[in-house]
Amino acid sequence: MSLLRLRNLSVEFATTGGRFRAVDQVDLDVDKGDVLAIVGESGSGKSVSMLALMGLLPWTAKVTADEMIFDGHDLSKMSARARRKIVGKDLAMIFQEPMSSLNPCFTVGFQIREALRIHLGMDRKAAQARALELFDLVGIPDPEQRLKAFPHQMSGGMNQRVMIAMAISCNPKLLIADEPTTALDVTIQAQILDLLVRLRDETGMGLVLITHDMGVVAETAQRVSVHYAGQKVEEQPVRPLFRSPHHPYTSALLAALPERATDKRLPTIPGVVPGQFDRPQGCLFSPRCPYADDHCRKVPPAPRGPDLGLARCHYPLNTDERLAS
Amino acid sequence: MSAVTTDAPTAKTGPVVTARGLTRHYEVGGGLFSKPRVVRALSDLDFELTPGRTLAVVGESGCGKSTLARVVTLIEEPTRGELSIAGTDATPDAWKSLRSKVQIVFQDPYGSLNPRQRIGQILMEPLLINRPQMPTSEREAKAREMLRLVGLRPEHFDRYPHMFSGGQRQRIAIGRALMLEPEVLVLDEPVSALDVSIQSSVLNLLIDLQERMQLAYLFISHDLSVVRHVADEVKVMYLGRAVETGPKDMIFDNPQHPYTKALLSATPRADPEAAKERIKLEGELPSPLAVPPGCAFAPRCWKAQDKCRKVRPLLDGATQKSACFFPEGDGKPSAEAPEG
Repeated sequence: MSLLRLRNLSVEFATTGGRFRAVDQVDLDVDKGDVLAIVGESGSGKSVSMLALMGLLPWTAKVTADEMIFDGHDLSKMSARARRKIVGKDLAMIFQEPMSSLNPCFTVGFQIREALRIHLGMDRKAAQARALELFDLVGIPDPEQRLKAFPHQMSGGMNQRVMIAMAISCNPKLLIADEPTTALDVTIQAQILDLLVRLRDETGMGLVLITHDMGVVAETAQRVSVHYAGQKVEEQPVRPLFRSPHHPYTSALLAALPERATDKRLPTIPGVVPGQFDRPQGCLFSPRCPYADDHCRKVPPAPRGPDLGLARCHYPLNTDERLAS
Repeated sequence: MSAVTTDAPTAKTGPVVTARGLTRHYEVGGGLFSKPRVVRALSDLDFELTPGRTLAVVGESGCGKSTLARVVTLIEEPTRGELSIAGTDATPDAWKSLRSKVQIVFQDPYGSLNPRQRIGQILMEPLLINRPQMPTSEREAKAREMLRLVGLRPEHFDRYPHMFSGGQRQRIAIGRALMLEPEVLVLDEPVSALDVSIQSSVLNLLIDLQERMQLAYLFISHDLSVVRHVADEVKVMYLGRAVETGPKDMIFDNPQHPYTKALLSATPRADPEAAKERIKLEGELPSPLAVPPGCAFAPRCWKAQDKCRKVRPLLDGATQKSACFFPEGDGKPSAEAPEG
């Protein structure tokens, strides 16, 4: 029984121009101790799918799923009150901009103790002790003084550590990190990624890493789920994904990385991600795909088997390697 | 600095921008009774920009990259040091005539384009201000030509910025910077706000334009994989000073300064099978208000010794220069900087 099981998750937003489908039939599984990376460009629905899981979307969003099971509870059938007992405790999330996610009016110590008081019912003394312990765990030097600091008095890296400390304060079973290092410098990014992986090793929690940085994916994740225009187009363990991507989008994305370039001119993906009004009828990637034919433009492909990385493609790439292995 | 030979930029293929000892300090705070404190944003920078070549400046936040961009584009006056552009000393009275030679492209194409102007207006505005005698028809013809050059379609001329994607907006920003036919383009994190698939096409455009127009690029970035792709020369900065500089291949294959080495090893590589030997830097960047004495990197450096904490190493070397007493690889130890 996996920790998180999503089946056929879709999210639609009511806009003035009609319904917009931001997440389209996504299936995901995360086990204990797993590191799953969700990669995709802006507008691929990678954050929205996780926000839907957390119940953090505005009322304009309509979330539908066949199954949305976390740790044995079906989140889609729960009342908001019951869900709030789980979210923030067993299911925690950290966001991209640590500066804007923390409340500027309160000290970070107050904010971390608040979570402990509400979810674990700790008294003041116990909460303070646990907060010190957490700050130590995430590598904040001089924790006693730092607990009294306001978010604006600390650097981005330190604030992100505070966010992580807050997220893991109730020993979550699953931690969702939404672009946790995008706003940080590379040397700080390396520290934060090491911290997340170390926490995973120590506590056995599952980790979902939402990112667009293929470098971060390659160094941190075990499994990678590639999203495009709201759909999951491919999912593979990290090594085979980089070695032999099956979906043309994954392949094009990898080829566009400057560090994989063989020539001064980089390979590009023509066109843009389809929006609300130019969503293609068939495969969503077909207008930009070099291999697309009429069949692709008319019939939306269903996910292939696990041996082909669940690729949503009529003509998956690198099929020979499957035969060879 | 004495280590640099100052050859005069007289030859035609010589540098278009020369900077010697470029320094920019800011005074901050200073209430009624307290003394203002000095932020040393940029100290003693030497560099040259050559037509058709790219100098990349890399470093983390607070290292002075953006201050450098502002000084080179004549937005701010250097506190000290010399800056000459196309053979003319860039003193404030010469700014007006020199500004059309140096143009800048900013990081965020969503913030740098006026949402109430049509693309055509955006492109024509530099001409309207700097070449007021030019007839409107010629201005428009030049703007349409530029639209084609940066890979946009003629019908985009009358559209507004919000109708474009991030990559297209960055093309517009690049087009606007090129309207005055500059010799130098300062690119301040030009692709950091873009997705990978868009990033590659903007980088291709920049490479094409450089070849065609023999532009000199000052490419500011924190993304080492992008720098590795576009740069000819690389300058690594830490807290306002250059710690290492040299040809791209030498810097990437054989870094001499421990900070360069740490920066390279901290950059995630998109290859899960690569051997990972990561140097973990402890701590964070010190505040530019309180730059440590001696080598600024010493508090985070794993090789630092007493000497490093007291005396500042000079940027030293032949083609590849580094500022370190105990350099990596085959680098030679730096000389000591004079007191004060």
